[in-house]
Amino acid sequence: MSNSRSSTSNPGWMDLSKYVATLISFFRRLRIRAFRAMGGGDGGGAEEELTAQETALYDRQIRVWGVDAQKRLSKAHVLVCGVNGTTIEFCKNIVLAGVGSLSLMDDHIVTEDDLSANFLIPHDESMYGGRSRADVCCQSLKDFNPMVRVDVAKGDPSLIDGEFIDRFDIIVVSCASLKTKLFINDNCRKRNKHIAFYSIECKDSCGEIFVDLQNHSYVQKKPGVDPKQMELAYPSLQEAIDVPWKSLPKRTTKLHFAMRVLESYELSEGRGPGETSLSDLPAVLARRKDMCDRMSLNESQIPTALLERLLAAGKKEHPPVCAILGGILGQEVIKSISCKGDPIKNFFYFDAADGKGVMEDIPPTPAD
Amino acid sequence: MASAAASEEAVKAAKVLMVGAGGIGCELLKTLALSGFSDIHIIDLDTIEVSNLNRQFLFRKSHVGQSKAHVARDAILKFRPNINIKSYHANVKDSEFNVDFFKQFNVVMNGLDNLDARRHVNRLCLAAEVPLVESGTTGFLGQVTVHVKGKTECYECQAKPVPKSYPVCTITSTPSKFVHCIVWAKDLLFAKLFGDKNQDNDLNVHSKDDSSSNSDVFKRDADEDLDQYARRIYDHVFGYNIEAALDNEETWKNRKRPHPIYIRDALPEEALKQNGSSGGCNKEHEEPSAMASLGLTNPQEIWTLAENSRVFMEAFKLFFEKREKEIGSLIFDKDDQLAVEFVTTAANIRAYSFGIPLHSLFEAKGVAGNIVHAVATTNAIIAGLIVIEAIKVLRGDYKNYRMTFCLEHPTRKMLLMPVEPFEPNKSCYVCSETPLLLDVNTKETKLREVIDKIIKSKLGMNLPLVMIGSTLVFEDGDGLDEDEAANYALNLDKVLAELPAPVINGTKLTVEDFQQELSCSINIKHREEFDEEKEPDGMVLSGWSAPVEKQVNSNGENKSESSSSSAHGTDDTVEDISAKPGMKRKLDEISETKENCGASSSAQVVEDNDDLTMLEEDPMLKKKRLQ
Repeated sequence: MSNSRSSTSNPGWMDLSKYVATLISFFRRLRIRAFRAMGGGDGGGAEEELTAQETALYDRQIRVWGVDAQKRLSKAHVLVCGVNGTTIEFCKNIVLAGVGSLSLMDDHIVTEDDLSANFLIPHDESMYGGRSRADVCCQSLKDFNPMVRVDVAKGDPSLIDGEFIDRFDIIVVSCASLKTKLFINDNCRKRNKHIAFYSIECKDSCGEIFVDLQNHSYVQKKPGVDPKQMELAYPSLQEAIDVPWKSLPKRTTKLHFAMRVLESYELSEGRGPGETSLSDLPAVLARRKDMCDRMSLNESQIPTALLERLLAAGKKEHPPVCAILGGILGQEVIKSISCKGDPIKNFFYFDAADGKGVMEDIPPTPAD
Repeated sequence: MASAAASEEAVKAAKVLMVGAGGIGCELLKTLALSGFSDIHIIDLDTIEVSNLNRQFLFRKSHVGQSKAHVARDAILKFRPNINIKSYHANVKDSEFNVDFFKQFNVVMNGLDNLDARRHVNRLCLAAEVPLVESGTTGFLGQVTVHVKGKTECYECQAKPVPKSYPVCTITSTPSKFVHCIVWAKDLLFAKLFGDKNQDNDLNVHSKDDSSSNSDVFKRDADEDLDQYARRIYDHVFGYNIEAALDNEETWKNRKRPHPIYIRDALPEEALKQNGSSGGCNKEHEEPSAMASLGLTNPQEIWTLAENSRVFMEAFKLFFEKREKEIGSLIFDKDDQLAVEFVTTAANIRAYSFGIPLHSLFEAKGVAGNIVHAVATTNAIIAGLIVIEAIKVLRGDYKNYRMTFCLEHPTRKMLLMPVEPFEPNKSCYVCSETPLLLDVNTKETKLREVIDKIIKSKLGMNLPLVMIGSTLVFEDGDGLDEDEAANYALNLDKVLAELPAPVINGTKLTVEDFQQELSCSINIKHREEFDEEKEPDGMVLSGWSAPVEKQVNSNGENKSESSSSSAHGTDDTVEDISAKPGMKRKLDEISETKENCGASSSAQVVEDNDDLTMLEEDPMLKKKRLQ
């Protein structure tokens, strides 16, 4: 897990045992806070009415999703692992919407690079110098909506444990390796409690969202049709990326395949997410050939130009794309908490080059 | 990458104008600042309200009452002090924002909330030849369009929805939907009691024991105590008026007969108790609220007839006790709690009479205030799409311009659906020179009516000038000398045929707005008969893209159906997406284009035919998701 970190981002690197000990003591403190956040001890019931203050503040959105959704929202706890321009857009959206609590996990010390897409990091180095991304963003997010509890969860997403995860209803992961994403997704699925898992990445003008709601039931409302109770069963991230490509419909977004090639390359080379450049192109093309051969896909389904764009992007996020992805993810999380509206199953892709925002169902749900 | 560098250069060098610093505006300003834009001008007329704070994230509670444009600017400069943002707390229709002002910008981006201002900005952008990126959102729906003179259609090339209006008799005598009751309560009853007394009002003002036709039952007698007055009004509008209407048997042949309601029946046990109690629980510093003084706390609850009656009486009295000075000049405002309480309960009592389901204060407020449903996420997405299009515009990448729809239910897997922009509409009176045709009775219609009902209200001109041949018969605006002004005022009250240059069948009018740099010709056709119901203006304008009326669903849940209010008063978002008549056309066309000529940039996606039910997302059918 340490190979994916750049050494500058974690000064004072401790040995593992010390690190874990710190983590454990931290979790203990956090658990108490989380308990309070969840209304432990003060008996916050689901039947409570919204206060006049809440009704006034949330008036316009209650007109969109209703009072019940607003109440559920105010009881949901969200963890975001990885603070970047894209996840900060998401955080802004759900804090404004009035989620119960939001915890940010990202110990990386803020660098100048973070300023390019993250609007919560002030320009002045004296205000962010030496502080973690989560820490710097936490305060501004609190200001957005005093009714939402926002805090920092120190630690390493690749080490979070099941009990910690149980504090949350929603976990969003970004700027993490495939390995970490699989680890967290797997953990979410093992818990007795229902925990929705999302991963989100922006690579310059392209973006991907993955959704795992496990078993999700919700009310579908369509114009002219009576509301319908629906059930969806989601595959895990591992299952979704293991789906043989030849079994996917021909019109599957090329970005899906391209992202898998890149992810597989980063994983085997021990690179962190986005730690690639155009110089990796020959090796990535070899990886494409290898994967396409293995899964009987024509290589032309993954255009070289697209791979070039993704490699050149590296860690760069294009702010308009952050806004779009963070907006879509915000809506998805609101849908899943409120159990209202068709959620994305299970990938979403956006590419500013053609302007399409496309959903992919992988593996495809068999038509009845 | 070369293209990335080119974008960066274009963005850095650009000077851009944002109109609107509301829901879309806040998101847009943030995304522009992050994307490298460094010279941004921003105009917004509004001040900040509490109900903005759930999505206009640059604003805090402490900013309520301040200028949106200024506060948004300051908030962004805190994080990115090195960019130049100029803010104007002003109306974009002010004369300082003329064509020369617009010419200084490389692109204009709209995040507006009303049709009027959108049309105005469209005209200025056409005149100044500055590209316009237009946008709007409603709930989870949104759209971004690009308008570049000569390359794509202008904002007005396609019909735009106008607020729905209702036949007068539906409102005054035969309501069948809750919205009819709201319109009655707001535009008739509220206006009659608390608004400008000189305004026309269709309420029946005659009481049964009143033989002289001059007296107005709504007037308070000199010695009348407030409670008596309130009861008298209640009985008149909910009791006597209904009974009077029932006398007309013809009306009820095919309709359900309404029941008159009198205060003694609605609140039997409280005949005296209420007297003088009002206001007792209201603290002086708080905004008076009838709900609060009666101990009702939940605006989501549907009140009984008795509760509605109680709140109605209380609200009525509170207006006279706490806000007497405003009486005579009040205009309904969705943020005026007492006014909302009054209108809600009056509408509910009337609805009860007519067997129409009652609604909560929260719902009634939405209907009465034409409130647009708004969430942060859609605004953020739309702002992102605006910036993507603006960058293309700055690079002159016109082959890749797209209009994009943000959908709630995916269409062909797409939640964000780009569509190629359309060419200019050759018969658009705004961006082409096609003359319009006006059917009018030239012997009876006054110039004033043509100016108000056609030139200002339909053609959206701000400061019009009217010429007949070379004779100037009217001009609006400052800078006229007294003689001219007096002359024009005289002309206003003349019928068309008697103007200094007579307007008769076949006359051609030239109408201009200098500020908008818009000029168009109207050919006159004399006609004497007009259908009162279908052609209420007594005039018919054709040859333009006539607005489409919005549909109202069975609950009356529509955001724009007032008979009097314009698109003003909506929140920060759009009115036009909800009735996008062009959408079906667009979607159909795009599916055709794609199948017929797969040459566009998106042709790499293999289209299949199994899901061509394009209009499952028809925004006209879906309104808010309120239970």
